[in-house]
Amino acid sequence: MNLTLKVWRQKNANNPGHFETYQARDVIEDMSFLEMLDVVNEDLIAQGQEPIAFDSDCREGICGTCSLVINGIPHGGHKGTTVCQLHMRRFHDGQTITVEPWRARAFPILRDLVCDRTAFDKIIQAGGFVSVNTGGTPDANALPVPKTDADLAMDAAACIGCGACVATCKNASAMLFVAAKVSQLALLPQGKPERERRALNMVRAMDEAGFGACTVTGACEAVCPKEVSLSFIARLNREFGRALLKGEPKKSSGGAG
Amino acid sequence: MNLWTQVWRSSLGKKYVMAVSGFVLLLFVVGHLAGNLQIFLPPHYLNHYAAFLQSNLEVIWPVRLVLLALLVLHIVAAVQLEVENKAARPTSYAQKEPGAASFASRSMLLSGLMIGAFVVYHLLHYTAVVQAVNFTGVDFAKLVDPATGHRDVYAMTVYGFSKLPVSAFYLLAMGLLCLHLSHGTQSMFQSLGWKNSYYSPLIAKAAWVLAVVLFLGYSSIPVGVLLGHGQDYLKQIESKVAVTQFPAGKEIK
Repeated sequence: MNLTLKVWRQKNANNPGHFETYQARDVIEDMSFLEMLDVVNEDLIAQGQEPIAFDSDCREGICGTCSLVINGIPHGGHKGTTVCQLHMRRFHDGQTITVEPWRARAFPILRDLVCDRTAFDKIIQAGGFVSVNTGGTPDANALPVPKTDADLAMDAAACIGCGACVATCKNASAMLFVAAKVSQLALLPQGKPERERRALNMVRAMDEAGFGACTVTGACEAVCPKEVSLSFIARLNREFGRALLKGEPKKSSGGAG
Repeated sequence: MNLWTQVWRSSLGKKYVMAVSGFVLLLFVVGHLAGNLQIFLPPHYLNHYAAFLQSNLEVIWPVRLVLLALLVLHIVAAVQLEVENKAARPTSYAQKEPGAASFASRSMLLSGLMIGAFVVYHLLHYTAVVQAVNFTGVDFAKLVDPATGHRDVYAMTVYGFSKLPVSAFYLLAMGLLCLHLSHGTQSMFQSLGWKNSYYSPLIAKAAWVLAVVLFLGYSSIPVGVLLGHGQDYLKQIESKVAVTQFPAGKEIK
């Protein structure tokens, strides 16, 4: 099939950027969207033009590196799928496809479709360490975790940090990402000692990075390739409120007189 | 940092403020409707209720001030969040699908500000009784129920809603309120974290039911008046006014 692509081209972070139209000819429907872009890039290189820059890594839907807004929907709108797992059979011959990068103040565009997601790393760093026992292997079931809690923590841990939630949110809010990370550790006994500190610090880092606030539109969970639920945002709100009410622990001498 | 500063400075905290203030304002909206629906009872019910409120100034003024403060807090938090939200995406998309975001959720600020403008009009109309905004030619301040010695709220309401454009504006405002609450009522549970998979579907449904019930309840008053409810009472008081204030034989308008 033949497609018309409207692709965002931007030389670097300081250039304004614009849309460029390309023809993608003889696209095979079994190609992934990124493979289709690879073919277009081969043509561009053959013509001596600058290829389109875009992020990708594992190309099997688990690393969270690919980040394209296709026809106004991050990851292209096929439920529970990243762009690398989006196949060309989802499109039809003669279609015009608009391809844009994630757009958010906290995710500055570096080049074309590549944006800088360091803000997410800063939030993770603000979360700090998790106390984990070292030494010999603990006995099985020495630390009981209810199955429902373990499953829920895994649902949160499924977040691959791609930033589609930020990209689709009308407020460019990172709440779903932060909610997934805070919930994952708050649900497990290993994360308990730092529970309050983590919620406070991660929310502070999120606000400082310049993300917007949550308006509970639910747009994020709909595009999330790992289908992280909006109910984790309610949990984050609860964790943050709980941490605020508990306040800073009072310093004591620890029995040293 | 004290608790209030921490709450107000964080985006999550500001949503707590919006949720709590919104909840109290919602309680007022429910209570106000319950009081107003007495218009469908004989006139002395509504007028005695109004007289009760107006004669207990030490109760009514603190309530008014608290509601006003919460309304201001709700609006200030909303506008500040909107400014931050807009700043979070300086360059917009060339093409953008709203996806799962409902119309109500995307238009909260607009519907909210329009309701705010309506509240100003409503207070001028029936509370401050500014004659210029009621468009009926009747001075509401002079409508006094002889039985209570306080304002004749029944007559004022019937006069007020007899004007079609005024009633139409009220219906529009109530439609916006319904839209605002259909999203707001479920959002406040989300923002405070009082939600889980067990009862969140119930919250979503209950928010819609409440919004529609409030819309129908409030709309029934202007619609009822336009359909002729209360006109016989107006005739009755107009004839009394004619007897006491005008010499026999003179027509009044």
